[in-house]
Amino acid sequence: MDVNVSLTVNGKKVTGKAEPRTLLVQFLRETLGLTGTHVGCDTSQCGACVVHIDGVSVKSCTILAVQCEGKKVTTIEGLAKDGKLHPMQQAFHENHGLQCGFCTPGMIMSAVDLAKRNPKPSETEVREWLEGNICRCTGYHNIVKAIMAGAQASHDLKG
Amino acid sequence: MYEFEYQKPKTLAAAADVLKKKKDAKLMAGGMTLIPTLKLRLAKLSHVVDLAGMKDLVGIKATKAGVTIGAMTTHGAVAASAAVKKAIPALAHLADGIGDPAVRNRGTIGGSISNNDPAADYPAGLVGLGATVVTTQRKIPADKFFLGMFETALKRGEIVKAVEFPIPKRAAYMKFPNPASRYAIVGVFVAETADGVRVAVTGAGGCVFRVPEMEAALAKKFAPESVVGVSIPTDGLNEDIHASAEYRAHLVTVMAKRAVAAAIGG
Amino acid sequence: MTDMSIGRAVKRTEDLRFITGKGHYLDDFSRPHQTYAAFVRSPHAHAEIKKINKTKALKVPGVVAVLTGDELAADKIGTLICGWVIKGKDGSPHKAPPHPALATKKVRYVGDHVAVVIGETLDAAKDGAEAVEVEYRTLPAAVDTASAHKPGQPQLHAEAPNNLCYDWEIGDRAKVDAAFSGAAHAVKLQFVNNRLVPNAIEPRAALADYDTGSGEFTLYTTSQNPHVARLVLSAFIGIAPEHKLRVIAPDVGGGFGSKIFIYAEETVALWAARKIGRPVKWTAERSESFVSDAHGRDHVTTAELATDKDGKFLAMRVNTVANLGAYLSTFASAVPTYLYATLLAGQYKTPLIYCDVQGVFTNTTPVDAYRGAGRPEATYVVERLVEEMAAKLKIAPDELRRRNFVQANEFPYTTPVIHQYDCGDFQRAQREALRVADVAGFAQRKADAKKRGKLRGLGYSSYIEACGIAPSAAVGSLGGGVGLWESATIRFNPTGNVSIHVGTHSHGQSHQTTFAQVVADRLGVPFESVEIVEGDTARTPFGMGTYGSRSAAVGLSAVSKAADKIVEKGKKIAGHLLEAAPQDIEFRDGKFRVMGTDKEVGIAQVAFAAYVPHNYPKDLEPGFEETAFYDPLNFSFPAGTHVAEVEIDPETGTTEIVNYSAVDDFGTIINPMIVEGQVHGGIVQGVGQALLEGAVYDADGQLASGSYMDYTMPRADNVPSFKVETIVVPSPLNPLGVKGCGEAGAIAAPAAVMNAVHDALRAVGVDKVEMPATPHRVWSAIRNAKKKAAK
Repeated sequence: MDVNVSLTVNGKKVTGKAEPRTLLVQFLRETLGLTGTHVGCDTSQCGACVVHIDGVSVKSCTILAVQCEGKKVTTIEGLAKDGKLHPMQQAFHENHGLQCGFCTPGMIMSAVDLAKRNPKPSETEVREWLEGNICRCTGYHNIVKAIMAGAQASHDLKG
Repeated sequence: MYEFEYQKPKTLAAAADVLKKKKDAKLMAGGMTLIPTLKLRLAKLSHVVDLAGMKDLVGIKATKAGVTIGAMTTHGAVAASAAVKKAIPALAHLADGIGDPAVRNRGTIGGSISNNDPAADYPAGLVGLGATVVTTQRKIPADKFFLGMFETALKRGEIVKAVEFPIPKRAAYMKFPNPASRYAIVGVFVAETADGVRVAVTGAGGCVFRVPEMEAALAKKFAPESVVGVSIPTDGLNEDIHASAEYRAHLVTVMAKRAVAAAIGG
Repeated sequence: MTDMSIGRAVKRTEDLRFITGKGHYLDDFSRPHQTYAAFVRSPHAHAEIKKINKTKALKVPGVVAVLTGDELAADKIGTLICGWVIKGKDGSPHKAPPHPALATKKVRYVGDHVAVVIGETLDAAKDGAEAVEVEYRTLPAAVDTASAHKPGQPQLHAEAPNNLCYDWEIGDRAKVDAAFSGAAHAVKLQFVNNRLVPNAIEPRAALADYDTGSGEFTLYTTSQNPHVARLVLSAFIGIAPEHKLRVIAPDVGGGFGSKIFIYAEETVALWAARKIGRPVKWTAERSESFVSDAHGRDHVTTAELATDKDGKFLAMRVNTVANLGAYLSTFASAVPTYLYATLLAGQYKTPLIYCDVQGVFTNTTPVDAYRGAGRPEATYVVERLVEEMAAKLKIAPDELRRRNFVQANEFPYTTPVIHQYDCGDFQRAQREALRVADVAGFAQRKADAKKRGKLRGLGYSSYIEACGIAPSAAVGSLGGGVGLWESATIRFNPTGNVSIHVGTHSHGQSHQTTFAQVVADRLGVPFESVEIVEGDTARTPFGMGTYGSRSAAVGLSAVSKAADKIVEKGKKIAGHLLEAAPQDIEFRDGKFRVMGTDKEVGIAQVAFAAYVPHNYPKDLEPGFEETAFYDPLNFSFPAGTHVAEVEIDPETGTTEIVNYSAVDDFGTIINPMIVEGQVHGGIVQGVGQALLEGAVYDADGQLASGSYMDYTMPRADNVPSFKVETIVVPSPLNPLGVKGCGEAGAIAAPAAVMNAVHDALRAVGVDKVEMPATPHRVWSAIRNAKKKAAK
């Protein structure tokens, strides 16, 4: 029943076996050992599993690995480049945008997608964007601060 | 998830063929409902037929007469489309309120309407605008497409290709979301169209429905106060831990009023 | 003072691994040749198990074993325990019926554990679990909290007639009654403190391994207190002797109380690992978490407050029925008694308080400590009563509070319900809160809101909590089965860097940063050279773990004490090196100096000398490592005033929190950034309780809110940004003067928000809305008030 799935993950071409029912998040965690992407619910709501597929945020718990054949996937592990944190990662650190850290990879991946679309999101825009990312620790206050700062920094970096 | 076979046909004919031959096969568009259903083992399928290979089902075409949206177009694409925002801003607004950003990046109009969840947003948009569903076999007016809870006029093997929306004079969609799931407890789409005023309600009942009394009142005067006095009967409305039938009936009136105000304002 | 000292907003050192996806949470671990566990759970709230047929399940490809409660019992694995015995009004101990990790004769809640299927893959285990045939005879279920102990209800346990676990009291009923009969004014409220599901975003999980060679078990588990888990699993459940069981709690993704307890799943995983001779892994799916993580709160309360003609509080009388669920969870019994009724004095000088509590069993998921644990419930009682009394007396609610506050010069203050508050300044916190919240401008904002068709309300919550849990002797005298001290080992390495091994556990609290700040500050070593080791019974001294806002007040006190010992020993070494008597050596900023001279030696050199003792005091042991155990002298008492401001849309019943301000006294603050973060998170859990969250059971005992589709988790767009400030009244009772900040938000917020909601709704004749004040509830309340007014 296993099928081969070939895709690009964090810039590297990878091929692995997967059952048709294997979710992308399982493939990333179990086959590729990329355990930074988390699973926090079973109804596609918590957002701990958000990754980018071809540049846009997707819940990796709600897509089959086989659906990603030939696609480019970026996970939290692929965000920092050349040992330098992505501005959004840096902003989460600077603004204490995380406590237990479990929702954080999904939060950051989701925030990076927002920053691409909207370099200067308002507080309201950030809060609305986070509809699909649940955090139980931070009360969102510092996550929102971090994302606003991170979006600005991402924008500044690009010039 | 139970085991299944995955297929990604290149043509609609091939997809339809699988559905005809395998009785436990099901189409997958964005998978935003199907995959969670499979994950919770609420469905057991022999085949999942992925429509993602059909690139001609993706896209938005706008003319003076209307907007045609391919079945595999994502909610995110509809929400962000300059053409939709210009022609039918209410529809872009509706799409922008479905699920969350990551869901909108995957979920599609074709998948949503074929599933016909009683609390989904698109059914209100289609019925409210008097849209036409284009399938592999025919064209179905929205009024005749949504038949009941998770039930549509689609026959086995019939696949949605696109939805054609006429351009209304003005329109708006107001949703009161379920605080937990963010699906509609009540969503009301109000449109003043060439064929008259249409008021379509989702979330409140087992399936999207129109409110003729409101339409008649709005036809006389397209103003919020026209619907304030119109209350819909509670018979057949949904009841759950979030909202009683009475509350839903009340919200239909409130959301309709606000939709009319928004349609006038915007 | 350096940038890393106590009091500085040092950025967290734990962040790097979390923001790059390199954290190590439980499900990230695997063992060679591991298997997967799937539990067969009861679909019924109450049923007899007639028969369990494994045959079909065993035929499912990939199924390794199917194990049931009878086999667990045959292997003499003990039942799950409750570690705190409450004595009732008549002096009898509470009823603690057996709580088997796998049910044998009966199931008592939806989700109760019936069997476990071990598979080569998770899917195989799940397929197998589905194929286990269980024949049930369903029984009527007792679900409702208020009526569970009334005659005629379905009975859960033969050991607990009328489903009553205990009927407990505190205070002098006769005196309280007398005070009420002579009082000028009294208010009486009845309300529900809604049941909550903790919902740490990392689901609970366990990975159990048994080494047949050494006879040692290793359990990786999502625990807030790995040593307590080991103690209970060995001494009471009997998995293995304590020294043959290692418990590792790595990065844990939030706890909020729910990961304190010792559950069926890890117990079964350990037992199964030995039985099949392979590692067993279990990770909860969220739908399992909903039915199997211990829930929180669930009280039905009648509360009364009596005052004299000037609003001076005379007495308080409270009755609470507390739902404990189907079985007693690990600390369940203490939560609605000693963690609840002992806080009913609040910040006030109420001279007489009586409270009685009926703890009842129902056919629902067990209930235990959840962030705040008893104290949010107490605060809700006190602060709702105060606010309603203020409305009745037409005294401004802040003024009524001031008339009754314990004054800053009245500490230590002994309440009528056991506690002795060590210190505080309630007036100052309130004064600052009024400023931060701009209460002066509220009337204008309310008038503006009215023009927009909105109802605006303002609510206070002047809370106090007992944290820093807890003096062991006090705990023991009240029925607790454990000591609640804490431990720390400070180990200097020969090269001068430092490892701190502690018994607490961080699952979001940032110990890696704050503990290092304290050590760097106390010992004058570079912040970067301090490593914090937690969460592994093999690498840390015995400690009781993290809950009850205790890690700073108790855990850091142990660290501080160990630092004192290091300095003491260092003085002896330094004295020798500097040819001076130890008593002539002073220690400051990492240097030992002969007083009054410039002769000095750095602590790193002292550490080196201790490990390479070539030139060393004769009678002194080599090595530079000290362990301290710290048993607190008292609880600590964080307190403050929170102010919530809401706007209600009367048409839909939607409540929006438009402003939320908090001024808290947490004593000394180690790291203000982290403290603020704790407050934010607590507030949102409190807001969740007030407006959004509620575990709802139907009459048959099915959990109707069993997923995020129906259980409303607070999201970013449900809340605003907050205004959070602190005042500092250091606790005189611990070395650092800290009090604890982890629960304040969750304790204060429900009352603040609900007082604001009631304040807003008073204008339209509504006198009561229950939590969660959902749009539907608020709209219904407004409509009913209108109907009543029309009559």
